[in-house]
Amino acid sequence: MLDYLWLIPILPLAGAALNGLLGKRLPKRVISIIACGASGAAFALAVVSVLELVSLAPDQRHVVKLFFTWIASGDFVSRAEFLLDPLSAVMLLVVTGVGFVIHVYSIGYMHAENGYYRFFAYMNLFLFSMLVLVLSSNFLLMFVGWEGVGLCSYLLIGYYFERKSAADAGKKAFIVNRIGDVGFVIGILLIFVTFNSLGFDDVFRQIAQGGQRFGVEEGVGILTAIGLLLFVGATGKSAQIPLYVWLPDAMEGPTPVSALIHAATMVTAGVYMVVRCAPIFSRSPIALGVVMIGMMTAFFAATIGLVQTDIKRVLAYSTVSQLGYMFVAAGVGAFSAGIFHLMTHAFFKALLFLGAGSVIHALSGEQDLTRMGGLRRHTPITAWTMLAGALAISGIPPLAGFFSKDEILWSAWTHGHPWVWAFGLLTAGMTAFYMFRLVFLAFFGTERLTEEARHHLHESPPSMTLTLATLAVLSVLGGFVGLPAWIGNNAFERFLEPSLSLAYVPGYGEQAHATEIIFAAVSVIVALAGIYVAYTLYVKRPQAAEELAARFRGLYRLLFHKYYVDEVYDTVVVNPTVSGSRDILWKGFDAGVIDGAVNGVGSTVQAGAGILKYVQNGLIRSYAAWILLGAIAVLFYIAITHG
Amino acid sequence: METALFYLFAAIALGAAISVVAQRRVFYSALSLIVCLCALAGTYMLLQAQFIAAVQVIVYAGAIMVVFLFVIMLLDPFSAAVLRDKKKYLGYVAVPLGAAAIACLYPMLRSYNMALAPRTPILTDGFGNVRHVGETLFTEYLLPFEVTSILILVAIIGTVILAKRQS
Amino acid sequence: MDIVHYLILSALLFTIGTVGVIIKRNVIAVFLCIELMLNAVNLSFVAFSSFLSQVQGQVIVFIVMVVAAAEAAVGLAITVALFRNRNTLNVDDTDLMKW
Repeated sequence: MLDYLWLIPILPLAGAALNGLLGKRLPKRVISIIACGASGAAFALAVVSVLELVSLAPDQRHVVKLFFTWIASGDFVSRAEFLLDPLSAVMLLVVTGVGFVIHVYSIGYMHAENGYYRFFAYMNLFLFSMLVLVLSSNFLLMFVGWEGVGLCSYLLIGYYFERKSAADAGKKAFIVNRIGDVGFVIGILLIFVTFNSLGFDDVFRQIAQGGQRFGVEEGVGILTAIGLLLFVGATGKSAQIPLYVWLPDAMEGPTPVSALIHAATMVTAGVYMVVRCAPIFSRSPIALGVVMIGMMTAFFAATIGLVQTDIKRVLAYSTVSQLGYMFVAAGVGAFSAGIFHLMTHAFFKALLFLGAGSVIHALSGEQDLTRMGGLRRHTPITAWTMLAGALAISGIPPLAGFFSKDEILWSAWTHGHPWVWAFGLLTAGMTAFYMFRLVFLAFFGTERLTEEARHHLHESPPSMTLTLATLAVLSVLGGFVGLPAWIGNNAFERFLEPSLSLAYVPGYGEQAHATEIIFAAVSVIVALAGIYVAYTLYVKRPQAAEELAARFRGLYRLLFHKYYVDEVYDTVVVNPTVSGSRDILWKGFDAGVIDGAVNGVGSTVQAGAGILKYVQNGLIRSYAAWILLGAIAVLFYIAITHG
Repeated sequence: METALFYLFAAIALGAAISVVAQRRVFYSALSLIVCLCALAGTYMLLQAQFIAAVQVIVYAGAIMVVFLFVIMLLDPFSAAVLRDKKKYLGYVAVPLGAAAIACLYPMLRSYNMALAPRTPILTDGFGNVRHVGETLFTEYLLPFEVTSILILVAIIGTVILAKRQS
Repeated sequence: MDIVHYLILSALLFTIGTVGVIIKRNVIAVFLCIELMLNAVNLSFVAFSSFLSQVQGQVIVFIVMVVAAAEAAVGLAITVALFRNRNTLNVDDTDLMKW
């Protein structure tokens, strides 16, 4: 039963090793076969294993497979152990499926690059780390995967390392991630101290059976502390306020990287972790304040996305915003809704990023929206698939995004957070607006292309367009697994139930279906309104956009410069740290104290020798005197001790 | 009687020793040393070491010191010129050091474990005479004896070579 | 009479000899003081041999005297050679081996 589970992460690791070590000498064909073969095989195995999981009864769907014992030191044992349950099954399918698709896309997108083998090696390595993360059965192994994806993110963002901005972006991502990881590690330590174990099953069972000790907490208890610390890690990894600043800069990496890592998989690791720790979070009302941060982030990022001109930046801020939605879901206690949105978001966000990549590829590297326009005539497949993606993210039924986003908003309302619902609705409207702004600016309207771009304009190769089509289909149909109560049964939620069984669920009253339908209709209307405004501003009367920008010049500038957050961080955090490190720690302590001590020892010895050499003055008499002195010292000692 | 003799000889020896160190001219130092050696020979007699006392006078005072005197005579014996003292301070260092040495030695000597030896020597008849010393020397210590004869040979050769005029 | 008297006398003679080695500037005077030290040690040996009724002490003294003779001969030869080369008997003048 599922004895092959360990192959799922190991195959991509093998692919990474092969490509990484031998890739320089291999032809591009072989490299792509190895890489896509590894990820494809992982996907196939994932499908098989999920099918096998489903063949079990619902309460049996919890399979633990030991890979090897990592640390066995006295009482403390840490195992490399994999857990397959509904939650990790969903993540597994998303990661391997979208991962495989993006690998195929990259064959076409990256074919002109020199470091072809390096790219695929890193991508496979990333798959390995992410799979370790989602399949692990304990916090320590999950942290290994957590760090691994952070590393691969750094490597891939800085793929074009010859460009300073890319290298800087890689560094920024890694460092900001690390800041979050500090909280994460402390959280893990706190877990170990409290529960004396790091395995999910162990810890959650102790919580569920802990009775009063681990009941719902009033103020700040141990579960709250753990939850908050873990959430700090999630903030870093999943780009929430205040540690989201690395994600827009991460767009320096190749577009497939942005699609895979910064849209579909790595950034969702934080959401996965929060949902996995539902037993902890659901028992801590304060830790559920994650909902506040998620909502703020969603709103905040959407406002910035309204005015960005780089096509990838718009998508980046959109990602930050949608991640906020997922955390809102977790925060109000609708954990399965959060995962549902994670899945649909993976589909349409990957689609949007890959489509943007296709546009950039078609325009020979142009990324500025103000220099695009009317592309739908030249790149029809890209245009229509991106339109599908935009519809999905805006929450237009019956595409996937509608079902997932609506469920989140509805849960917010029914679980007693009306303000969250209101802001979520507003943000949904903004989402629709800026997504369609992007679509209209790029594919409709007048052509504003540069001469050079127009010259090389072409639709992308099949490896790319087929991928786009696949993801488009998923974006359209993917929502039907999670139908809300007033349409059918929510198969998705029922599937995930065993994983969330240990979470604390306060009873929420049953709501009338009619109310739900009304709320759904309201969301759709708001979304359509956003689309209409975008249409007006960017297709019907293009000058209106500029007039608006001129009228609200201050606000426009604030949004365009992303609220100057990066500049504030630089002044308050980065520069003091750098100058402090340089002046105090390096020059002061390292060079002054440590080097000084070492050199000081040397120069002291030298000075001492410089003085002692005068003893050797060649005079026999003084030598005799020294001998006598020494003899007296010995005699003195003997007289004292034996006298 | 014995005690009186001991103190007499001791006084002479000490006085001569101080004279050796204190005299300005090296010739007088040598003569003082001869006096000291003879006093010590007397002490040896008190200790029933007749043979050694005789050897002391004949060999040490009579031969070695004569050689010393030869060399002194050879090399400017009555030089009144005071040799320049480059390091005057050593003089002020040495005497306190000597006093310190005595101070350290004295308690140790006083605490000598009397269980190891009787206060008055119990000696057989003929202890320390020529026969007794000779018997021990030529039976137990034959090898050192032979080695010393080689030593003397080496010394003779060395002396001749070192002091030869380079011609 | 106990042995301590002889030992104290020996110690005094030895110390005087040592002080002399440090104080005297004439090379031959230094030799004389060294002979004084040797004699002090001889006195110790003889005293012990007498009080412990072992004649080995006297045998050692005999050999010490032989060695002293050899050493005095060679040392004086060196002095003569030194005087021939440097025309000085001052110990302080032989200080070439210094820093």
